[in-house]
Amino acid sequence: MGGKSDKPLLNKGQRLDGRAFDELRPIKIKAGVIKQADGSCELEFGETKVLAAVYGPKKVLPKHLEKSDKAYLSVYYYMAAFSTSERNRPGPSRRSKEISKVIKDSLAPAIHLEKYPQTNISIFIQITNANAGTRTAAINAASVALVDAGIEMKDIVTSVAAGKIENKVVLDLFQDEDNFGQADLPIAIMPRTKEITLLQMDGDMTPEEVDKAIEISIKSCKDIAKLQRQAIITKYKQDDMETKNDK
Amino acid sequence: MTNKEEISLVDFLSKLMKKNIREDGRKLLDYRKIEIKTNTLSQANGSARVKLGDTEVFVGVKLGVGTPFPDTPNDGVLMVNAELNPLSSRNFDIGPPSPAAIELARVIDRAIRESNTIDTEKLCITPKEKVWMVFVDIYPVNDGGNLFDAGLLGAIAALKSARFPKYDKKEEKVDHRELTNEKIPLNDEPLMCTFGKIKDIIFVDQTNREEKVAESRLSVGISKSGNVCAMQKGGEGTFTQQEIMDCIKQSQTLSKTLRKYI
Repeated sequence: MGGKSDKPLLNKGQRLDGRAFDELRPIKIKAGVIKQADGSCELEFGETKVLAAVYGPKKVLPKHLEKSDKAYLSVYYYMAAFSTSERNRPGPSRRSKEISKVIKDSLAPAIHLEKYPQTNISIFIQITNANAGTRTAAINAASVALVDAGIEMKDIVTSVAAGKIENKVVLDLFQDEDNFGQADLPIAIMPRTKEITLLQMDGDMTPEEVDKAIEISIKSCKDIAKLQRQAIITKYKQDDMETKNDK
Repeated sequence: MTNKEEISLVDFLSKLMKKNIREDGRKLLDYRKIEIKTNTLSQANGSARVKLGDTEVFVGVKLGVGTPFPDTPNDGVLMVNAELNPLSSRNFDIGPPSPAAIELARVIDRAIRESNTIDTEKLCITPKEKVWMVFVDIYPVNDGGNLFDAGLLGAIAALKSARFPKYDKKEEKVDHRELTNEKIPLNDEPLMCTFGKIKDIIFVDQTNREEKVAESRLSVGISKSGNVCAMQKGGEGTFTQQEIMDCIKQSQTLSKTLRKYI
């Protein structure tokens, strides 16, 4: 980040992967992929691939973390050893701890935690293949998994990153744009109210550029939210079919 | 599960098994449905996604360059690691690797190592200084039981699909962005058959419900030639010599079926 590299990120004014400045990578979302879990989701943003599982509401362990008035929400984000170009040493890192925390803070506002006092809702997120935008993909996957688990929510949290390459504000950076671009701005919203639940930024942007980045992100979040809803509907239709067949 | 529930599950399963039926309709020596997809992950040098019934496992192979061990200065290095990530089961916790995760990784490591699957001499770049390191990482997606067999199937499929990244000998640097067409030199393709035992009845490819109440477990690694390359007994129960020999014989037959998938 910082735009110090000479690597060109635009070819004749076009992004290297041919996308428009405000175009998302191809997205695939599937709910209910992990049978053991109460809710789960598999999600792809281009070459960024994540899995999310929700366990709970369940007993709080250790006991002192229990809250009398609401659920204790825990988020654990980690990268598989083979998910990055250099092998990523397994186990928590300072980076993954921070990301776990910001993901938790981005999801908590949407969950009716007060309906599940004295319980724990655990979210586990695995990055299987990383190609920029892992935290935003993780948030999208986790919120689908939460709905799949039947946890009561105010809205489905939707997330995307915008950034800046060669002085242009662009949506949904892929790896080279993230590594050699000038700025990265991940954001998560509750699409119904457009309330922002996650905002981070690093790099160099003018206030106008920040405004534009947020603008195009919110716009595309609405599209992502549709796909998230679709994934959940597909899953429930499938469940419905299976129960009918059982009868 | 309370003790009472466990006892009734044992009764239920063993009554069925006496009639050569399992809870899910299989016979004692049937595997669940197997599905393997390879090279689905772009950052890994090789990868496999294995489905064994409800069980699902990701295995990724990464190649790097490092220093050889002093006692084998001309040999590349194999490292197998398994993470029983809590995403895949409510019985797994976060934190340092559990004894179960270490056992799983080491048993799979043994099967690959002891069958000389990887031609480690060919992984030497400069003796005593630089060799290729092969990292095999196993991540369950859903633990529906029998991670041993699914893990080794995935490891072999991933190793077979792996390509070396570009290595600049002068700069002594690996360029992970560029893959060559060169494959890992493999001498063998070991597979594993893991059996469970409930009330003296032995069956293969346990589900997680069967694993929960099984008294003991036996994993048998079979190399391409049909020889045994690794074994591991687990659980607090026992096996007789005859039972072990029967399991090996069964493994030789069953591994032939498994081999069709890699």
